[in-house]
Amino acid sequence: MKNIPVSALIGLFFTALYFLAAIFAPLLAPYGMAEVVGDVWEPSSAEFLLGTDNIGRDLLTRMIYGGRTTIFIATMATVISFTTGSILGIFAAVSGGWIDQCLSRFVDLIMSIPTLIFALVVLSVTPVTVPMLILVMGLLDSTRVYRLARAVAVDIEVMDFVEAARLRGERTAWIIFREILPNALSPLVAEMGLRFIFMVLFVSTLSFLGLGVQPPEADWGGIVKENKDGIVYGIPAALIPAFAIATLAISVNLVADWVLNRTTSLKGGRG
Amino acid sequence: MSEPLLKVRDLKIGATVYPPGEKPHDIEIVHGVSFDLMPGKVLGLIGESGAGKSTIGLSSMAYGRGGVKITGGEVWVNGRDILKSKLGDIRKLRGGEVTYVSQSAAASFNPAKTIMEQVIEASVEQGKFSRRNAEARARALFAKLGLPDPDNIGSRYPHQVSGGQLQRCMTALALCPEPDLVVFDEPTTALDVTTQIDVLMAIKEAIRDTGVAALYITHDLAVVAQVSDDIMVLRNGDMVEYGSVDQIINRPQEEYTQALVSVRSIEHEEKSPTAEPVLSVRNITARYKGTKFDVLHNVNVDLYPGQTLAVVGESGSGKSTLARVITGLLPPREGEISFAGRTLTPDFKHRTREDLRELQMIYQMADVAMNPRQTVGTIIGRPLEFYFGLRGAEKKKRIIELLDEIELGEKFIDRYPAELSGGQKQRVCIARALAAKPKMIICDEVTSALDPLVADGILKLLLNLQKIENVAYLFITHDLATVRAISDNIAVMYKGKVQRYGGKTQVLSPPFDDYTDLLLSSVPEMRLGWLEEVIANRKMESAGN
Amino acid sequence: MNPIVKLVAQRVALSLLLLLMISVLIFVGTMILPGDVAQSILGQSATPEALANLRAELGLNDPPLTRYFQWLFGALQGDLGTALTSGQDITAAIGSRLSNTLFLAFWAAVVAVPLAIFLGLLAVRYKDRWPDKLISAVTLASISIPEFLIGYVLMYLIAVKLRWFPSVAMINDGMNLWQKLNSIALPVAVLTLVVLAHMMRMTRAAILNVMQSAYIETAELKGLSSFKIIWRHAFPNSVSPIVNVVMLNLAYLVVGVVVIEVVFVYPGMGQYLVDHVSKRDVPVVQACGLIFAAVYIGLNMIADIVSILSNPRLRHPK
Repeated sequence: MKNIPVSALIGLFFTALYFLAAIFAPLLAPYGMAEVVGDVWEPSSAEFLLGTDNIGRDLLTRMIYGGRTTIFIATMATVISFTTGSILGIFAAVSGGWIDQCLSRFVDLIMSIPTLIFALVVLSVTPVTVPMLILVMGLLDSTRVYRLARAVAVDIEVMDFVEAARLRGERTAWIIFREILPNALSPLVAEMGLRFIFMVLFVSTLSFLGLGVQPPEADWGGIVKENKDGIVYGIPAALIPAFAIATLAISVNLVADWVLNRTTSLKGGRG
Repeated sequence: MSEPLLKVRDLKIGATVYPPGEKPHDIEIVHGVSFDLMPGKVLGLIGESGAGKSTIGLSSMAYGRGGVKITGGEVWVNGRDILKSKLGDIRKLRGGEVTYVSQSAAASFNPAKTIMEQVIEASVEQGKFSRRNAEARARALFAKLGLPDPDNIGSRYPHQVSGGQLQRCMTALALCPEPDLVVFDEPTTALDVTTQIDVLMAIKEAIRDTGVAALYITHDLAVVAQVSDDIMVLRNGDMVEYGSVDQIINRPQEEYTQALVSVRSIEHEEKSPTAEPVLSVRNITARYKGTKFDVLHNVNVDLYPGQTLAVVGESGSGKSTLARVITGLLPPREGEISFAGRTLTPDFKHRTREDLRELQMIYQMADVAMNPRQTVGTIIGRPLEFYFGLRGAEKKKRIIELLDEIELGEKFIDRYPAELSGGQKQRVCIARALAAKPKMIICDEVTSALDPLVADGILKLLLNLQKIENVAYLFITHDLATVRAISDNIAVMYKGKVQRYGGKTQVLSPPFDDYTDLLLSSVPEMRLGWLEEVIANRKMESAGN
Repeated sequence: MNPIVKLVAQRVALSLLLLLMISVLIFVGTMILPGDVAQSILGQSATPEALANLRAELGLNDPPLTRYFQWLFGALQGDLGTALTSGQDITAAIGSRLSNTLFLAFWAAVVAVPLAIFLGLLAVRYKDRWPDKLISAVTLASISIPEFLIGYVLMYLIAVKLRWFPSVAMINDGMNLWQKLNSIALPVAVLTLVVLAHMMRMTRAAILNVMQSAYIETAELKGLSSFKIIWRHAFPNSVSPIVNVVMLNLAYLVVGVVVIEVVFVYPGMGQYLVDHVSKRDVPVVQACGLIFAAVYIGLNMIADIVSILSNPRLRHPK
């Protein structure tokens, strides 16, 4: 662990900071989540570090709780997307034949519609609740993880050491977990970072459109929606989530880049 | 004596390396090499991989490939130090005075342009010829290089001609601007052996007729002996020996050169068939899924316990397919295989663990034959655990025994494949195969990715292990020198059929059928005048043209 | 038959098949999921009789297969049904909105495509030097912020603080082209920023990939100048990857438009779709989804066809 570049360290530090803030939100937030404590759109002061929002709630509190919701949803959706996508992808690559064909053609079909449009179509008939959001986002996004996992696994699958394992008589489970997975892990972990960022952006977008997290629950996209009318009066409250999302996304990106670069090549060292 | 055309003095070349997990740093890959090349002469640069031969060749065009930089010394071409020249002058030199023929013509031609456009581009660009004259010159060169339909071949695209033809086109490309010097960088290495000699002859005649000087870079001493006047032997970026072809081949001074010349000195007495064969291949016909033609037709061969059957042929002969059929990766359409007295199930998925254990395989690319995330100990230990249920200290003891057998020793047990050299990797693969205590091992081109001296070591090890373990080898190769070195029986394959089959002495003695004659005669021999002799005595055209 | 014609025909057929499957998917997706259209229209307090009447009127009692084909044939003839919430004819409502959306996307593409290719070439030319690093830093930043926030940041800085352009992009038929362009300047700028980063990065990768080929080294060893190497040898082989990049990003633009229209209250398809998703107006959502999918599939098809046409192995068969 001694060769971590500075950029990755910065990334790790901020990523950890955001996650800790999300976990300990009730301890950190100065006020209650939905508590009206001041006037509408008060500027920042010692009392309200970031000012207040469109109905007079403390913005810092809203941001911390909003981060908690956003990060929770993004994390859960990433977990779903990742487990579904990578397990099915590697399974398809190892099985080949009609299983691979069916799964891959189905994924092609889903991916021929933009994810956001598909999500909107689905959300027009399903109840908009947090578990539903996580499920819809996770499953739609798992198609991308599926493609990557399958491509990586197909590349590894044709290598002679996998053939050697098959000819030795090893079971499919051994081939997946001992031969393929250790070699597929680092591109997949790097992708996990990118998927997480995408989920943060995705859930923020949905909330902004009014189809994500429902008020009074706070989340970063929702904060923009609540405060967007202030923009035309020159009140920048709606821009605060931009800063939070951008720093989180860049931090995770830096970490993912490092993970990917560390072991790009299969012949590379022992990562 | 006139002035040398190319004068290299104390040339030093560096490169930036990016080892995984470490900071990139600069290393020196050529440490002060000097030589002269007179007009119209051919100098062979020879060495194993990493010797720096291509790098030196490209420095005569003031070019460094990838992260390679010329860090010191002088390179004089036609009386100018090109390392001190301006970029504009270097551009005039490249493609005008000095031209280049690469190993892979297929990659070096732009797929989107016709051959003619690319062959004449440098001549026209450098103002040496008008487009019309350049085209006429190119057609003449096509004819001289023995290309079919020389008047029209230029209007074709690179993917429309064969590999051997494209390599000749690349030579035409290099000769078209009437350069003073051509750098040939392994121009025949990627070709099949029977195609190689035609291209080699074409290059040799073209050099002679145009009077151009050449640097001929190769790892194959027998090839360079046919075309060069002088030879420079390189090793790890240093010059080992420099002399005339005659002197280097017949009276090498340095130990390293002597080793290169006498490589494949293995003596192996042919054994006669004993007892029952361990493997009998009967009437095998096979094709790949989704294709409409057979890649193997009615193949019959036997392999006896403790002996070696060499399956030899060029690319596309079906020799690797035969290995896939025997291992059960490609079930045949017809025929059957018996192994150790039992009939083998066609698909390996339905074979017993005992069948799988007794039939092991070693691959050409040791790099990808081992899981990069497992240590040598895990790689060798898995068959012990899987087939014999060995655990803990017992397993470790056996792993160490195997490491000793392959001459590596205990200290390698915790290393990862990336930390091993090419030869060491192949040894670990051998140990993994041996760990299963097989009756038979299929060796698929196991030495062709290795440098000659390393390959020699692997072959000696295999023969030695055969004596100790009494294991039979099915040895697949395109290299006849290897075949001579280790086989008891030989099957010559051509277009999916066994062309000639029998004991080593019998197969390698006349009278030959036409194909075996072509194949045997095409293997470069390390003596002067061999090339001309072969071309004059040939009965059959090679297929690659 | 000429292999190219055959491949192109196959690709077109595949796209049509894909579109058909998508229409099934959209239809099934909106039908089998929980939620009853009649209930949504009339609300929770509706009487069972009223619900039954409305269901009959909407044809909801027919078997799903019949309803699907009615919907599909209607859509093929340009009849997308009527909106549940307003009773408006969807085709008429979409008509002008679609042209507004295409107007916006068109101008964003006109700005973004040449700029992205130019900057991508610049990054290749100065690889690993400051222009390249600056470009990748900007790229990283712009893919880390959602589109709608880039929209508000620009709105805040340019429309509210500097007052160069209006903050709301209203257009109507009475405006001349110049007025319209002035009105959509900000959304176009945002869309450009959004796709620029991706397009630049992918153009850079595509050209670098070509520049690493052995035939570029051959050209260099012929003594050609950098310009001639790029123009004669790199460019002909980069056309297809670059067209692919452009098409992929135009497809991406289609999605970006949805959100940006909401930000700038622009009367286009995107806003129409989002409005009716919250109102749970299924026929409108189906129609918009189908149109967006068709555009997306069409752009991907063009990219594939261009790469078929520019492949020398297919153009000059053996």
